[in-house]
Amino acid sequence: MSEQLFKVTIDNITVEVPAGTTILQAARQIGGDVTPPAMCFYTPLKGSGGKCRTCLVEVSKGSEKDPRPMPKLVASCRTTVMDGMEVKSVTSQRVLDARAGVVEFLLINHPLDCPICDQAGECHLQDLSYEHGKGGTRYEFQRRTFKKHDLGEFIQLHMTRCILCYRCVFTADQVTDKRAHGVLDRGDHAEIATYIEKNLANDFIGNVIDVCPVGALTDKTFRFKNRVWFTKPVNAHRDCDKCCGEVTLWMRGDEVFRVTARKDEWGEIKTSEKTGKTGWICNDCRFEKKKASDWTVEGLAPIARHSVIGQGKYPGLQRPSETIERVLDGRKPRLLMDIHTVSEVNKPGIELSEIKGPATGDVFKQ
Amino acid sequence: MARKLLLEKAHVEGIRYYDVYRREGGYRSVEKALKGMTPDEVTEEVKKSGLRGRGGAGFPAGMKWSFLAKPEGVPRYLVVNADESEPGTFKDRYLMEFLPHLLIEGMILSSYALGANRSYIYIRGEYAWIPDILEQAIAEARHNGWLGKNILGTGYELEIYVQRGAGAYICGEETALLESLEGKRGNPRIKPPFPAVKGLWDCPTVVNNVETIAAVVPIINEGGDEYAKIGVGRSTGTKLMSACGNINKPGVYEIDMTISVEEFIFSDEYCGGIRNGKRLKACIPGGSSVPILPANLLLKTAKGETRYMNYESLSDGGFATGSMLGSGGFIVLDEDQCIVKNTYTLARFYRHESCGQCSPCREGTGWMEKILWNLETGKGKMSDIDLLWDIQSKIEGNTICPLGDAAAWPVAAAIRHFRDEFEWHVLHPDECTRRNYGLAHYADPIYVPATA
Ligand SMILES: Cc1cc2nc3c(=O)[nH]c(=O)nc-3n(C[C@H](O)[C@H](O)[C@H](O)COP(=O)(O)O)c2cc1C
Ligand code: SF4
Ligand code: SF4
Ligand code: FES
Repeated sequence: MSEQLFKVTIDNITVEVPAGTTILQAARQIGGDVTPPAMCFYTPLKGSGGKCRTCLVEVSKGSEKDPRPMPKLVASCRTTVMDGMEVKSVTSQRVLDARAGVVEFLLINHPLDCPICDQAGECHLQDLSYEHGKGGTRYEFQRRTFKKHDLGEFIQLHMTRCILCYRCVFTADQVTDKRAHGVLDRGDHAEIATYIEKNLANDFIGNVIDVCPVGALTDKTFRFKNRVWFTKPVNAHRDCDKCCGEVTLWMRGDEVFRVTARKDEWGEIKTSEKTGKTGWICNDCRFEKKKASDWTVEGLAPIARHSVIGQGKYPGLQRPSETIERVLDGRKPRLLMDIHTVSEVNKPGIELSEIKGPATGDVFKQ
Repeated sequence: MARKLLLEKAHVEGIRYYDVYRREGGYRSVEKALKGMTPDEVTEEVKKSGLRGRGGAGFPAGMKWSFLAKPEGVPRYLVVNADESEPGTFKDRYLMEFLPHLLIEGMILSSYALGANRSYIYIRGEYAWIPDILEQAIAEARHNGWLGKNILGTGYELEIYVQRGAGAYICGEETALLESLEGKRGNPRIKPPFPAVKGLWDCPTVVNNVETIAAVVPIINEGGDEYAKIGVGRSTGTKLMSACGNINKPGVYEIDMTISVEEFIFSDEYCGGIRNGKRLKACIPGGSSVPILPANLLLKTAKGETRYMNYESLSDGGFATGSMLGSGGFIVLDEDQCIVKNTYTLARFYRHESCGQCSPCREGTGWMEKILWNLETGKGKMSDIDLLWDIQSKIEGNTICPLGDAAAWPVAAAIRHFRDEFEWHVLHPDECTRRNYGLAHYADPIYVPATA
């Protein structure tokens, strides 16, 4: 039986997709502005989506058979296309208003602590507010805070940044043996936590860091060590008996600062070339293998063009010409003194990527 | 005096117990249905009766039943929604406390029509003493052969279980209820799929309100056509109203939906007028989620016609000048009540009860509550009123479940009809903490332009 194809028109662009495709996925095939932002849906996770409401679109024609428009905006990530469906994303003022509303809602209680957040530079909420948000705020109240919960040696939780997308909950359910954390309480005080302080240490639990769209769950072994845009992502692999072993290393020079799974342009973990399944990686690969020699490097990882992480890392770029020699009448700049030849004060032997936790004064005192 | 179909026997001594209930004619509908009707015929009677869901949305019950998917070899379930947590609504409690066998009788009929062999009553956690009443009634019914295997020798089998909630309003939303019944966190599900296709344990399920199910008993006893003769238009049969607020006789009343709102509030048969000789200022006619109306729009529609206690008339004029019958929680406010404070109280309730799944409801309800608190305590600004309007409009229609809408509507209606009172709070920041705005012009006759 040949697969049934449905025609769907999104913002006046028509594509053909297999039956069962969601509006969001059809829009992603088209790409560009037409694609609604999606903060909670995550293709590899069953049951995800529908919660954040950033992906709302207007269905102006239900299908060829039943052309009635849908009365309410629908979550494109959880609505499947019908043959002849017509959808409006950026061409609908209703959608733009609703989207602006959702962005505002997501930000009113967000701490806006990007300057000290490890996710900055690869945060979907940053991108979302940059693309769809406003400069000011109409919120005049104290932002929400939570009692701190410790999730153990690998994962740092900042509940104030969480948008309750439930991705980490689905991940723990579907990828690890046993879920030890979840959403407690309800409403605006719902929080991600373990009921009794528990160490999240299951073999695959590190993947919650990769699926978290914001800086609510970050890698403790990378905490405060570097900004992601100063590191260089390279694809690498190793033989691992637990997972596919296909990762992205985030390096500076020869130092491996961080290991993550490989993600596609939507920030979703890619299918592994080896296993043909979602390329979740194990905690060993993620947290323990922090030497370049642990890995076979394949080459630079592709980075979306709009991302700051791509800054200055790619060949074939036009560089601005050097001006120093010109203003010095052709003389070369001279190194007056290399501090390391006369002083050990900066401890050049310390590899920042290998110390436990963030670098503090204590690291350099000794 | 109006006919009573549900509460007729409520005051018979001992009606809570099987012997009395049976002596008064209880369970004869089950004999009639199981022995003389096919399941589809029962559904057909309910369709003919025009019975609409009594839980709030007013969806025709017979139609809902006919949507139930019936794949071979997959069990189907009936779940009775007894979560009743909507502020102002307490009619199901009355039914279950006084007439538990009526609910069970209705459940046998409905389960038979739907082909369900296991049915559940999901009851609000705070009704801590009612599960005992229900379970005793279930035991009595089983003992007398109305439940269990091979009921009345027809081969039909039915068990009824009572499950207590843990005290969350959101678990009254039918899909959150099903999650909770399955032992999970009570988050509403994303629809589709609808419960009629994938409900409890992923099996086809019908969720109905307690009163809806109880009303099936008189429908089968008297026939759907007879039932449909009571009431008007698409508001057939009788409706339980739980009346509360500043009235002389708060309580649960069974009405036949042909009486006017004025009669309901002021006649001695029902609410008995406003307490302490005060004047009527406003009313929330169908439970906290429905729009509040000022006295003038409550008693007369915008066209100047009398407003009646039924689905159509209460919603006449849409949200601009009308409201809804909702779940029948009739809350009356007299001239001493402050609309801003009332709106704040409702906003606080919805903030507290949001499940927190979707961003507009999780964040927007809390924001509205904070602004309303400022307005109520004399710290508000004029721009806050427009801001509130904007926030509620960004919540409404954009959420997973109708709790978002239910949180938005009361705020929208309060601003729509009582904007002067909000502005007065801003302009008189001291005075508003000492006294209330009063009746103002809210009961004045509405100008109705003459039509050619
Ligand atoms: C937030 C929320 C709370 C609700 N609470 C109740 C309730 O307590 N009791 C009830 O019968 N229906 C409640 N409903 C309506 C149910 O979702 C559902 O429509 C109803 O049980 C269907 O029964 P009916 O058709 O017999 O009215 C609630 C809906 C929402 C959105
Ligand atoms: S911690 Fe991250 S992944 Fe988990 S719910 Fe919050 S935002 Fe989503
Ligand atoms: S509207 Fe509110 S209660 Fe309903 S699912 Fe969304 S957050 Fe939960
Ligand atoms: S991505 Fe669709 S609702 Fe969050």
